[in-house]
Amino acid sequence: MQDAKPAINENVVQMQHICKSFGTVQALSDVHFELRRGEILSLLGENGSGKTTLMNILAGIYFPDAGDIFVNGKHVTIRQPKDAFDLNIGMVHQHFKLVEVFSAAENIVLGLPGKTTINRRALYKHVQEIADQYGFEIDPEKKVYDMSVSEKQTVEIIKALYRGADILILDEPTAVLTPQETDKLFEIMRAMKADQKSIILITHKLNEVLAVSDRVTVLRKGEYIDTVYTKDATIQSLTDMMVGHSVSLAIDRPTTTNVEPILMVQSLTALNQEGAKALDDVTFEANGGEILGIAGISGSGQRELCEAIAGLCPVIGGSILYRNIVDGYEVDENVIGLNPYKIAKKGIALAFVPEDRLGMGLAPSLDMVDNIMLKHYRENKGFFVDRKTPRQIAERLVEELQIVTPDVFTPIRQLSGGNVQKILVGREIDTSPRLLMVAYPVRGLDINSSYTIYNLLNEQKEKGTAVIFVGEDLDVLMEISDRILVMSGGRVTGIVDPRVTSKQEIGLLMLGQSIVM
Amino acid sequence: MTEQKYNDVAALKEQPNVPCPPAKDLHPLMKEPLVRMTKRGVVTTKHKAVVYVVGFFLALLVGALMLLAVGKNPLIAYRDMAVGSFGTAIASAETVRIAVPLLIASVAVGFAFKMKFWNIGAEGQILAGAVACSYIVIHSINNGNYIPKLPLHLIMVIFAMIGGAWFGFIPAFFKTQWGTNETLYTLMLNYIAIQYIVYLQSLRTWQDPRSSYPKIVDFSTFTEGKVELPRLFGVHVGWIFALIIAIIAYFYLTKTKHGFEISVVGDSMNTARYAGMNTRWIQIRTLLISGALCGFVGYLQVAGANHTLTETAAGGVGFTAITVAWLAKLNPFVMIPISIFIAMLQKGSLFIQSTMRIPASVADLLTGLILFFMLGCEFFIEYKLIFRRKRNVSRLEQKEVTV
Repeated sequence: MQDAKPAINENVVQMQHICKSFGTVQALSDVHFELRRGEILSLLGENGSGKTTLMNILAGIYFPDAGDIFVNGKHVTIRQPKDAFDLNIGMVHQHFKLVEVFSAAENIVLGLPGKTTINRRALYKHVQEIADQYGFEIDPEKKVYDMSVSEKQTVEIIKALYRGADILILDEPTAVLTPQETDKLFEIMRAMKADQKSIILITHKLNEVLAVSDRVTVLRKGEYIDTVYTKDATIQSLTDMMVGHSVSLAIDRPTTTNVEPILMVQSLTALNQEGAKALDDVTFEANGGEILGIAGISGSGQRELCEAIAGLCPVIGGSILYRNIVDGYEVDENVIGLNPYKIAKKGIALAFVPEDRLGMGLAPSLDMVDNIMLKHYRENKGFFVDRKTPRQIAERLVEELQIVTPDVFTPIRQLSGGNVQKILVGREIDTSPRLLMVAYPVRGLDINSSYTIYNLLNEQKEKGTAVIFVGEDLDVLMEISDRILVMSGGRVTGIVDPRVTSKQEIGLLMLGQSIVM
Repeated sequence: MTEQKYNDVAALKEQPNVPCPPAKDLHPLMKEPLVRMTKRGVVTTKHKAVVYVVGFFLALLVGALMLLAVGKNPLIAYRDMAVGSFGTAIASAETVRIAVPLLIASVAVGFAFKMKFWNIGAEGQILAGAVACSYIVIHSINNGNYIPKLPLHLIMVIFAMIGGAWFGFIPAFFKTQWGTNETLYTLMLNYIAIQYIVYLQSLRTWQDPRSSYPKIVDFSTFTEGKVELPRLFGVHVGWIFALIIAIIAYFYLTKTKHGFEISVVGDSMNTARYAGMNTRWIQIRTLLISGALCGFVGYLQVAGANHTLTETAAGGVGFTAITVAWLAKLNPFVMIPISIFIAMLQKGSLFIQSTMRIPASVADLLTGLILFFMLGCEFFIEYKLIFRRKRNVSRLEQKEVTV
């Protein structure tokens, strides 16, 4: 009787006693996981908790050191991604795996067995059918390079569905979306759930967990903590499970006096590395004693804005005036056309924590001392470098910021993301800047490290530094910033006060809809 | 029903959370892949040394098998190679003479490689240096041999270094200015240098008047020996320069601001720009140095070894230097023993060519094998292979095969 009709809460995936290590790092130890038919399950954990590793095992990318996997009650071996496809498991990775010069439909069928020719018309129709069924918006003929991030994500999801996925793994899908796009994705997820598909949502954003999922499985440092019903959970209870102890989630926004402009950007227009216009007529002021948040979908010109101010991005118009103090007088200096060395030589105390830490701010194969020396190596006279001073700074930073490293002579690429970021932020703050730019400073960091960074930024603000904070988490930006500048397509679509603005309003600005304030 | 399933997970969790290996091993039904690789954690120096030594002997072993395949006794061949390269004072001197240009050229390409500038044009830069200093000699000969010995050598060195530096500058300039591919560029310059020498051989002012065959005059005879470098312990004094260059290079790379800039540019160009470094100038400057050192090799070949200019003056040194630089992990100190070892292979193989009638190309074969195995070592230092285990064997008895 029961065999004829599957029970509603039937387990489609069961993973038991899963272990996986990378070198000496135990990424997963004895982890359990269950997914039921027709549910949305959130897999929650901080960075490094093993949630992506666990799902990569299910998707056939890694092979576990030990443990059992059951799919639809059958014991299975998943040795390669193809095995996972055959079991109707599809994964959408955080970093999309699409061929840029192919169209959406071409990417969807790429790698599937078939004849040497493709019937494009039938293919487009099939893709369109899947899209209509769940409410996706897609143009099957559009090339990937013409797509927005959200469209690329749609292609990835349809790719999985086209291959017949009943079990869909989404790895941090909302990290790149605006609030509106996120809501839309959640609607689609609910539609798929109604169609008896099972969805795993890997995330560390708690409000999303509460908004969309039925149950939550929490991992911490590679260990299974618990699985709870979402309806019984709160943000605080989930955080405590995720971190392992009670944490205060409030971010301070200290009030400061003496708020006065330090940086004045006027009609700034700049090109990106490909030579396309990345900044268009950007005008704003950054004040000392204030945190200016910069919000926007990734790729809206935030990177170029920071790099233009730091002297790393070619500017074709406008001005960047920096209020410098020379011999006790305030002088507005235009830094356009100067490289970072010349800017520093003018006595402008500018610190910059770029988005791509290991690619731009730091030299990953070099040790901590050399990385700290990066900014100081010209200061001593003579032909030889002086490693004594940076070594002292390095040892002080290790102590002050509790950086975990064997010693200051270990290549920093061997350190964890949080420690790498502490080194970078620590080095920049150590130069006592008057203008501090940080781009995505907590990306990839655990909660404790994130709060260390927030506190450091607030400390700088209280010292009278002008802080520019480019962020992706709107909730954090709205809590910590004094003003938020929203960018869309290289333009400033609004500068708002987070105390009185709603998240939806910022979302609209991110999509490029200027509102007259 | 729902609650019960839910409790299952909770019940599983109750089991003691032991670190791996866990209470349960892989399910017997779960087929493991035959071989899979995992990253090693901490790598000890001892482990590294063992891997390298094993790799080295495996290279010799494979070489021995190849000698066996052509019907020669590999043990005698290896012994003769050692005897032939260091058995007598004359043989040793000859080995060192081969090692000298190799060492300097390795240091030179090491500079560029440290910056991830793939300069494979050492050969051409050496020849450019050789041509430039030969020009001085030819000029002197054609004008009555008027330059005295010491100034002659000084001018030759300067010209050789400028010649080599010029051949280093061209690809660096084009790369920094227009992003050309330096690998192809430097490679092609090699042929330009070779063919230029071929052209000079039939040029009236350069050609040997006593020979109808296109060949450049013998500098030694026509300058009454002025062009010859003095000898010390049976080898021209170039070996002293080579050692000094290796030592200076080490300190240049590790202790100076220039060396620091080279490391940063090699590690991340964007980070270098971020730190306000002039990445264009750093690349050009380093290639000028790299080229100048190669040019100096060209001078040593002309004044120390050949006493004339031929299109084989570099004789593949520029390419072998790449191998030496990699084997030494770009450390100039380590390049000293490695270049001597490679020279020993080359000299030894010439010896067994006459004693055992084994072609001298066995040296290239062995060099290639050693390089192959040493590069393979990198893999086994970073990863280990796990082979599929046998069933029903307790975990302790199972072997994890590690190479």
